[in-house]
Amino acid sequence: MSNTRTPLVEMRDISIAFGGVKAVDHVSIDLYPGEVVGLLGHNGAGKSTLIKILAGAYQADHGDILINGEKVEIRNPRDARAQNIETIYQTLALADNLDASSNLFLGRELLSNGLMDDAKMEAETRKIMGRLNPNFRKFNVPVSALSGGQRQSVAIARAVYFNAKILIMDEPTAALGPHETQMVAELIQELKAQGLGIFLIEHDIHNVMKLCDRACVMKNGQLVGTVKVDEVTDDDILGMIIMGKKPAKAA
Amino acid sequence: MTDTGQATTAPAAKRGIIDTLELDVRLLGMLVAFAAIALVFTIWTGGTFVSPRNVFNISVQAVPVAIMACGMVFVIVARQIDLSVGSMLAMCSAVMAMSQATWLPQAMGLEYGNPYILVITIFLGFAVGTGMGAITGWLVGYQRIPSFIVTLGGLFVWRNINWYTTNGQSVSLTDPHLLMFGGTEGVLGAPVSMVLGVIASVAAVLGLMSARRNKQSHGFVVKPVWAEGVMMAMVVGAIMLFVTWLSRYPVPEAKLKRLFEARGEVMPDGYTAMHGLPISVIILIVVAVGMTVTARKTRLGRYIFAMGGNPDAAELSGINTRALTVKIFALMGFLCGLAALIAQARLQSHGNDIGMLEELRVIAAAVIGGTALAGGVGTIYGAVLGALIMQSLQSGMAMVGVDTPFQNVVVGLVLVIAVWVDIIYRKRMGLTK
Ligand SMILES: Nc1ncnc2c1ncn2[C@@H]1O[C@H](COP(=O)(O)OP(=O)(O)O)[C@@H](O)[C@H]1O
Ligand SMILES: [Mg+2]
Repeated sequence: MSNTRTPLVEMRDISIAFGGVKAVDHVSIDLYPGEVVGLLGHNGAGKSTLIKILAGAYQADHGDILINGEKVEIRNPRDARAQNIETIYQTLALADNLDASSNLFLGRELLSNGLMDDAKMEAETRKIMGRLNPNFRKFNVPVSALSGGQRQSVAIARAVYFNAKILIMDEPTAALGPHETQMVAELIQELKAQGLGIFLIEHDIHNVMKLCDRACVMKNGQLVGTVKVDEVTDDDILGMIIMGKKPAKAA
Repeated sequence: MTDTGQATTAPAAKRGIIDTLELDVRLLGMLVAFAAIALVFTIWTGGTFVSPRNVFNISVQAVPVAIMACGMVFVIVARQIDLSVGSMLAMCSAVMAMSQATWLPQAMGLEYGNPYILVITIFLGFAVGTGMGAITGWLVGYQRIPSFIVTLGGLFVWRNINWYTTNGQSVSLTDPHLLMFGGTEGVLGAPVSMVLGVIASVAAVLGLMSARRNKQSHGFVVKPVWAEGVMMAMVVGAIMLFVTWLSRYPVPEAKLKRLFEARGEVMPDGYTAMHGLPISVIILIVVAVGMTVTARKTRLGRYIFAMGGNPDAAELSGINTRALTVKIFALMGFLCGLAALIAQARLQSHGNDIGMLEELRVIAAAVIGGTALAGGVGTIYGAVLGALIMQSLQSGMAMVGVDTPFQNVVVGLVLVIAVWVDIIYRKRMGLTK
């Protein structure tokens, strides 16, 4: 990846604290078009908090966000969506009492004559789910009645339906079996080929080695380091996660 | 619930009749309970219970609680509660009563019967209601004070500002136009009512047909034509039965004579007139239909349900849940103003205790109607039916001579049993919420 190009996303020197806890502490990361950047670290390292700042769910206490080289203000999730940033949250952020299509279009409902066009939204939902998860059938029940994997696919469908340029995936395979995980991996590669930039939070080191171009490791809110995945071994990355230090040769 | 999607290939014969009609089982349960209550009291009273006159009275008495219950559905669906609705009703009622009796005639010099009194009074009442609701919504949404606390405070505050507004006195309604919202004083008569009934029936049939066509245009499976026909027949039948029944309730002869005298005419011999639909019931129907459309077909409604299902998800989807909270409570306040207009017109006066304990009836109506206190689930028609069931129970018991304390015991038991049965049913069906 040539560094002379303008990054799609640059988060510069971001900090945020909750009470006394420095959840993110002067972290800088960037992301290029067509690139998958893995975010790694133990639970509580600050990964979700960092990407929630990009998604507009939190506001950084300090630091700048640049999209295509220009400084932007992301004050809420609507601002993030306006920048074509889509997010699959670790919690999935689904309204359990609503069905799949209501969740997919939540906040962006299709209207006709000022009223919601539920049939149109359901038809669109069937189309995208047919591509992502052909076995999905439960279109007219609340998502609380779905399995973990089915819920995950609804959350993924919501993120990819709206032509995202920047995709944030916070542990997208956590609830999935091996077959579904493979489908998500293929989806990531397909989206990457389309030129999207993807931040991927993922615990499985093999998936990271397979899917990511670079990996950023965090510990206790701080960035341990960023490495190119093909220049290091999985043990190097595990070492960074556990020890909180960059391996000597990749420094 | 049935999957009506393209993928469903199960033959209709294998599905039960309730499934085929796509009837809501909960609604069916309530209708059966309602019918059972009506049947028992009809037998017990020898038929008086379902007389046009009594049906008319029950409808008119249920209106204020039913209107407020529609708003309460939105409040509870959004995981909030409003304990102040009875006091807000009293406050709106006090403002409107003072406006028509004192403020407008004395301060602005509008003479008795001037139509502006009606317009300004209603505007004031609705504005005060909406304002009180908006204050509640702001304290809950933006200041993050639990709604239980804010509205418990509101219950005391508005009830007693109401007292100061009227100096603790009852104010009788003198404006002749205001009384038309009360019931017997404002009826449409049989011919107009029947025409309205036909219009409503046609609208209902067209609505069902257009929903069906929209589904078909996207290639979804729709219910069989006969099932659609049965649905239409049931809806039209219910509308026309109700309208016809109220159109058989005659206006007393003495009152007709007075009306003719007021116009300086003499009533012809053998002249009769029927009540037909009361204006207050029409208002309730308009509110219920409007709120149902809001709940199902507008973004506002969708966001209220999303917020009740998962407030974080709503927020992360870009919904401004704080502003939404203000809107929900402001709407609740507005409906309290509307209910106040109807309640005081029915009583033909504003008394200090108007709307007292009404908050509990309103919440009970919404809950009997299937609104879950955990949020995210509820229907407008359920709440209206809940209000009707409670009013029927009370009227029926009063007619057979049950004394008031025991009536309240029964209403309280019905509330608990309704929720209990619902919980058992949901457990059996394996539904989570
Ligand atoms: N809304 C919040 N309020 C208070 N503390 C928070 C909040 N969100 C995250 N934290 C804290 O910030 C730290 C980082 O959390 P998180 O970003 O979820 O970690 P990760 O996603 O890497 O597991 C943790 O110590 C967590 O307890
Ligand atoms: Mg996390």
